[in-house]
Amino acid sequence: MDLKLDHHSKDGIEVVDVEGEIDVYTAPRLRELLIELVNNRFYQLVVNMEKVEFLDSTGLGVLVGGLKRVRAHDGSLDLVCTQERILKIFRITGLTKVFGIHDTVDEAIAARRAEK
Amino acid sequence: MATVELSFTALPAHVRTARLVATAVARRSGVDESLLDEVRLAVGEACSRAVESHQLHCPAEPVRLALTDRAGRFEVEVTETCATGADDPGGSAAQPGAGSGSGPLTLDGAGLPAGLGIAVIESLADDVQISTTPAGTSIRMSWPAARPSR
Repeated sequence: MDLKLDHHSKDGIEVVDVEGEIDVYTAPRLRELLIELVNNRFYQLVVNMEKVEFLDSTGLGVLVGGLKRVRAHDGSLDLVCTQERILKIFRITGLTKVFGIHDTVDEAIAARRAEK
Repeated sequence: MATVELSFTALPAHVRTARLVATAVARRSGVDESLLDEVRLAVGEACSRAVESHQLHCPAEPVRLALTDRAGRFEVEVTETCATGADDPGGSAAQPGAGSGSGPLTLDGAGLPAGLGIAVIESLADDVQISTTPAGTSIRMSWPAARPSR
Protein backbone atom coordinates (compact mmCIF):
# COMPACT_ATOMS: atom_id res chain seq x y z
CA MET A 1 0.00 0.00 0.00
CA ASP A 2 0.98 3.61 -0.36
CA LEU A 3 2.08 5.84 2.49
CA LYS A 4 -0.44 7.63 4.70
CA LEU A 5 0.74 10.45 6.93
CA ASP A 6 -1.08 12.33 9.64
CA HIS A 7 -0.06 14.32 12.68
CA HIS A 8 -1.60 15.72 15.84
CA SER A 9 -0.52 17.35 19.08
CA LYS A 10 -0.59 15.43 22.33
CA ASP A 11 0.68 16.80 25.62
CA GLY A 12 2.77 19.39 23.80
CA ILE A 13 4.44 16.84 21.56
CA GLU A 14 3.68 16.45 17.87
CA VAL A 15 2.80 12.85 17.04
CA VAL A 16 3.30 11.77 13.43
CA ASP A 17 1.25 8.72 12.45
CA VAL A 18 2.75 6.78 9.56
CA GLU A 19 0.92 3.99 7.77
CA GLY A 20 2.07 1.88 4.83
CA GLU A 21 5.44 1.51 3.17
CA ILE A 22 8.42 3.84 3.56
CA ASP A 23 10.76 3.28 0.65
CA VAL A 24 12.69 5.15 -2.02
CA TYR A 25 9.39 6.24 -3.62
CA THR A 26 7.41 7.33 -0.57
CA ALA A 27 10.16 8.49 1.81
CA PRO A 28 10.37 12.00 0.28
CA ARG A 29 6.80 12.65 1.52
CA LEU A 30 7.77 11.78 5.08
CA ARG A 31 10.87 13.92 4.74
CA GLU A 32 8.75 16.87 3.54
CA LEU A 33 6.37 16.49 6.47
CA LEU A 34 9.21 16.39 9.01
CA ILE A 35 10.78 19.47 7.43
CA GLU A 36 7.41 21.24 7.47
CA LEU A 37 6.91 20.45 11.15
CA VAL A 38 10.36 21.73 12.07
CA ASN A 39 9.78 24.86 9.98
CA ASN A 40 6.57 25.35 11.98
CA ARG A 41 8.58 25.11 15.21
CA PHE A 42 7.53 21.62 16.25
CA TYR A 43 10.76 20.33 17.74
CA GLN A 44 9.44 17.54 19.99
CA LEU A 45 8.33 14.75 17.68
CA VAL A 46 7.12 11.19 18.13
CA VAL A 47 6.85 9.12 14.95
CA ASN A 48 4.32 6.34 15.40
CA MET A 49 5.38 3.46 13.15
CA GLU A 50 2.99 0.82 14.41
CA LYS A 51 1.19 0.71 11.05
CA VAL A 52 4.33 0.79 8.92
CA GLU A 53 4.51 -2.32 6.76
CA PHE A 54 7.90 -1.78 5.18
CA LEU A 55 10.94 0.38 5.93
CA ASP A 56 14.21 0.45 4.03
CA SER A 57 17.47 2.37 4.38
CA THR A 58 16.00 5.33 2.49
CA GLY A 59 13.36 5.63 5.19
CA LEU A 60 16.02 5.32 7.87
CA GLY A 61 17.88 8.19 6.21
CA VAL A 62 14.77 10.35 6.37
CA LEU A 63 14.25 9.57 10.07
CA VAL A 64 17.89 10.33 10.87
CA GLY A 65 17.59 13.54 8.86
CA GLY A 66 14.53 14.48 10.92
CA LEU A 67 16.39 13.71 14.12
CA LYS A 68 19.26 15.95 13.09
CA ARG A 69 16.88 18.78 12.28
CA VAL A 70 15.05 18.69 15.63
CA ARG A 71 18.29 18.28 17.56
CA ALA A 72 19.54 21.46 15.94
CA HIS A 73 16.76 23.13 17.95
CA ASP A 74 17.40 21.08 21.10
CA GLY A 75 14.43 18.94 20.17
CA SER A 76 13.81 15.21 20.00
CA LEU A 77 12.46 12.57 17.66
CA ASP A 78 11.33 9.33 19.27
CA LEU A 79 9.82 6.31 17.57
CA VAL A 80 6.97 4.00 18.46
CA CYS A 81 7.44 0.52 17.04
CA THR A 82 6.89 -3.02 18.28
CA GLN A 83 6.99 -4.86 14.96
CA GLU A 84 9.94 -7.19 14.76
CA ARG A 85 10.30 -6.88 10.97
CA ILE A 86 10.66 -3.11 11.25
CA LEU A 87 12.85 -3.19 14.36
CA LYS A 88 15.22 -5.55 12.59
CA ILE A 89 16.58 -2.90 10.22
CA PHE A 90 17.18 -0.56 13.17
CA ARG A 91 19.18 -3.31 14.87
CA ILE A 92 21.14 -4.23 11.72
CA THR A 93 22.19 -0.63 11.24
CA GLY A 94 22.85 0.10 14.91
CA LEU A 95 20.21 2.82 14.95
CA THR A 96 18.53 1.40 18.06
CA LYS A 97 21.22 3.35 19.90
CA VAL A 98 20.36 6.57 18.11
CA PHE A 99 16.58 6.63 18.48
CA GLY A 100 14.43 6.22 21.54
CA ILE A 101 12.14 3.36 20.49
CA HIS A 102 8.99 2.81 22.54
CA ASP A 103 6.04 0.43 22.63
CA THR A 104 3.30 3.05 22.71
CA VAL A 105 2.83 6.75 21.99
CA ASP A 106 1.98 7.37 25.64
CA GLU A 107 5.18 5.65 26.71
CA ALA A 108 7.22 7.73 24.25
CA ILE A 109 5.65 10.95 25.54
CA ALA A 110 6.13 9.93 29.17
CA ALA A 111 9.79 9.08 28.54
CA ARG A 112 10.35 12.42 26.85
CA ARG A 113 8.67 14.31 29.69
CA ALA A 114 10.75 12.45 32.25
CA GLU A 115 13.91 13.69 30.54
CA LYS A 116 12.87 17.32 30.71
CA MET B 1 17.44 -19.22 -17.50
CA ALA B 2 15.84 -17.41 -14.59
CA THR B 3 12.48 -18.59 -13.30
CA VAL B 4 11.15 -15.05 -13.56
CA GLU B 5 12.79 -12.02 -15.12
CA LEU B 6 11.65 -8.47 -14.65
CA SER B 7 12.89 -5.40 -16.43
CA PHE B 8 11.65 -2.05 -15.19
CA THR B 9 12.09 1.63 -15.90
CA ALA B 10 14.48 3.17 -13.40
CA LEU B 11 11.87 4.96 -11.34
CA PRO B 12 11.42 4.71 -7.55
CA ALA B 13 7.73 3.90 -8.04
CA HIS B 14 8.61 0.54 -9.59
CA VAL B 15 10.80 -0.68 -6.73
CA ARG B 16 7.70 -1.75 -4.81
CA THR B 17 6.58 -3.87 -7.78
CA ALA B 18 10.01 -5.51 -7.86
CA ARG B 19 9.74 -6.32 -4.13
CA LEU B 20 6.27 -7.80 -4.56
CA VAL B 21 7.30 -9.98 -7.49
CA ALA B 22 10.47 -11.17 -5.75
CA THR B 23 8.56 -12.06 -2.59
CA ALA B 24 5.89 -13.95 -4.55
CA VAL B 25 8.47 -15.98 -6.47
CA ALA B 26 10.46 -16.64 -3.27
CA ARG B 27 7.33 -18.02 -1.64
CA ARG B 28 6.59 -20.15 -4.70
CA SER B 29 10.19 -21.41 -4.66
CA GLY B 30 9.80 -22.67 -1.10
CA VAL B 31 11.69 -19.99 0.81
CA ASP B 32 10.59 -20.21 4.43
CA GLU B 33 7.93 -17.70 5.47
CA SER B 34 10.25 -16.41 8.19
CA LEU B 35 12.78 -15.35 5.53
CA LEU B 36 10.37 -13.57 3.19
CA ASP B 37 10.71 -10.22 4.97
CA GLU B 38 14.47 -10.47 4.53
CA VAL B 39 14.08 -11.21 0.82
CA ARG B 40 11.67 -8.27 0.46
CA LEU B 41 14.02 -5.86 2.20
CA ALA B 42 17.20 -7.02 0.46
CA VAL B 43 15.60 -6.90 -2.99
CA GLY B 44 14.19 -3.45 -2.20
CA GLU B 45 17.60 -2.18 -1.14
CA ALA B 46 19.32 -3.57 -4.24
CA CYS B 47 16.65 -2.21 -6.60
CA SER B 48 16.59 1.23 -4.91
CA ARG B 49 20.31 1.43 -5.31
CA ALA B 50 20.17 0.40 -8.98
CA VAL B 51 17.37 2.90 -9.71
CA GLU B 52 19.34 5.71 -8.16
CA SER B 53 22.45 4.76 -10.10
CA HIS B 54 20.49 4.60 -13.36
CA GLN B 55 18.89 7.95 -12.72
CA LEU B 56 22.35 9.44 -12.43
CA HIS B 57 24.00 7.64 -15.32
CA CYS B 58 21.46 6.24 -17.77
CA PRO B 59 17.84 7.06 -16.91
CA ALA B 60 16.51 5.61 -20.16
CA GLU B 61 17.89 2.13 -19.50
CA PRO B 62 15.91 -0.43 -17.49
CA VAL B 63 16.99 -2.16 -14.29
CA ARG B 64 16.92 -5.94 -14.52
CA LEU B 65 15.82 -8.34 -11.82
CA ALA B 66 16.29 -12.09 -12.30
CA LEU B 67 14.75 -14.56 -9.87
CA THR B 68 15.86 -18.17 -10.09
CA ASP B 69 14.74 -21.27 -8.24
CA ARG B 70 17.85 -23.45 -8.48
CA ALA B 71 18.74 -26.64 -6.62
CA GLY B 72 17.35 -25.74 -3.26
CA ARG B 73 18.34 -22.07 -3.46
CA PHE B 74 16.33 -19.03 -4.37
CA GLU B 75 18.66 -16.70 -6.22
CA VAL B 76 18.13 -13.01 -6.96
CA GLU B 77 20.22 -10.89 -9.28
CA VAL B 78 19.72 -7.14 -9.65
CA THR B 79 21.67 -5.75 -12.59
CA GLU B 80 22.39 -2.26 -13.77
CA THR B 81 22.36 -2.00 -17.53
CA CYS B 82 23.93 1.32 -18.43
CA ALA B 83 24.99 0.76 -22.02
CA THR B 84 27.36 3.70 -21.89
CA GLY B 85 28.86 2.62 -18.60
CA ALA B 86 28.26 4.06 -15.19
CA ASP B 87 30.29 7.18 -14.69
CA ASP B 88 31.85 6.27 -11.41
CA PRO B 89 35.58 6.64 -11.83
CA GLY B 90 36.35 5.56 -8.31
CA GLY B 91 34.27 2.46 -8.69
CA SER B 92 32.99 3.12 -5.22
CA ALA B 93 29.46 2.02 -6.07
CA ALA B 94 30.62 -1.54 -6.32
CA GLN B 95 32.55 -1.83 -3.13
CA PRO B 96 30.68 -3.30 -0.23
CA GLY B 97 31.09 -1.13 2.79
CA ALA B 98 32.73 1.63 0.81
CA GLY B 99 29.44 2.62 -0.72
CA SER B 100 28.49 5.17 -3.29
CA GLY B 101 27.75 8.79 -2.79
CA SER B 102 24.77 8.20 -5.02
CA GLY B 103 23.09 5.56 -2.84
CA PRO B 104 19.52 5.98 -1.67
CA LEU B 105 20.68 7.39 1.64
CA THR B 106 21.77 10.62 0.04
CA LEU B 107 18.09 11.34 -0.57
CA ASP B 108 17.82 13.13 2.72
CA GLY B 109 21.37 14.33 3.06
CA ALA B 110 21.15 12.63 6.39
CA GLY B 111 24.83 11.94 6.69
CA LEU B 112 24.35 8.24 7.31
CA PRO B 113 27.28 6.07 6.32
CA ALA B 114 27.44 5.68 2.56
CA GLY B 115 26.81 2.13 1.43
CA LEU B 116 24.44 1.34 4.27
CA GLY B 117 22.08 -0.27 1.75
CA ILE B 118 24.81 -2.74 0.79
CA ALA B 119 25.56 -3.42 4.45
CA VAL B 120 21.88 -4.16 5.02
CA ILE B 121 21.82 -6.55 2.06
CA GLU B 122 24.91 -8.35 3.33
CA SER B 123 23.35 -8.87 6.71
CA LEU B 124 20.10 -10.22 5.25
CA ALA B 125 21.21 -12.71 2.60
CA ASP B 126 23.37 -15.78 3.24
CA ASP B 127 25.35 -15.36 0.13
CA VAL B 128 25.96 -11.98 -1.52
CA GLN B 129 28.15 -11.36 -4.53
CA ILE B 130 28.72 -7.90 -5.89
CA SER B 131 30.40 -7.41 -9.22
CA THR B 132 31.09 -4.49 -11.48
CA THR B 133 30.91 -4.39 -15.24
CA PRO B 134 31.14 -1.42 -17.60
CA ALA B 135 27.31 -1.41 -17.48
CA GLY B 136 27.24 -0.95 -13.73
CA THR B 137 26.91 -3.06 -10.63
CA SER B 138 25.35 -6.47 -10.30
CA ILE B 139 24.20 -7.76 -6.93
CA ARG B 140 23.52 -11.47 -6.60
CA MET B 141 22.11 -12.91 -3.41
CA SER B 142 20.43 -16.14 -2.41
CA TRP B 143 18.43 -17.86 0.30
CA PRO B 144 17.65 -21.51 1.00
CA ALA B 145 14.51 -22.84 -0.66
CA ALA B 146 12.86 -25.96 0.65
CA ARG B 147 11.50 -27.42 -2.54
CA PRO B 148 13.77 -28.78 -5.25
CA SER B 149 14.02 -26.86 -8.47
CA ARG B 150 11.32 -27.57 -11.03
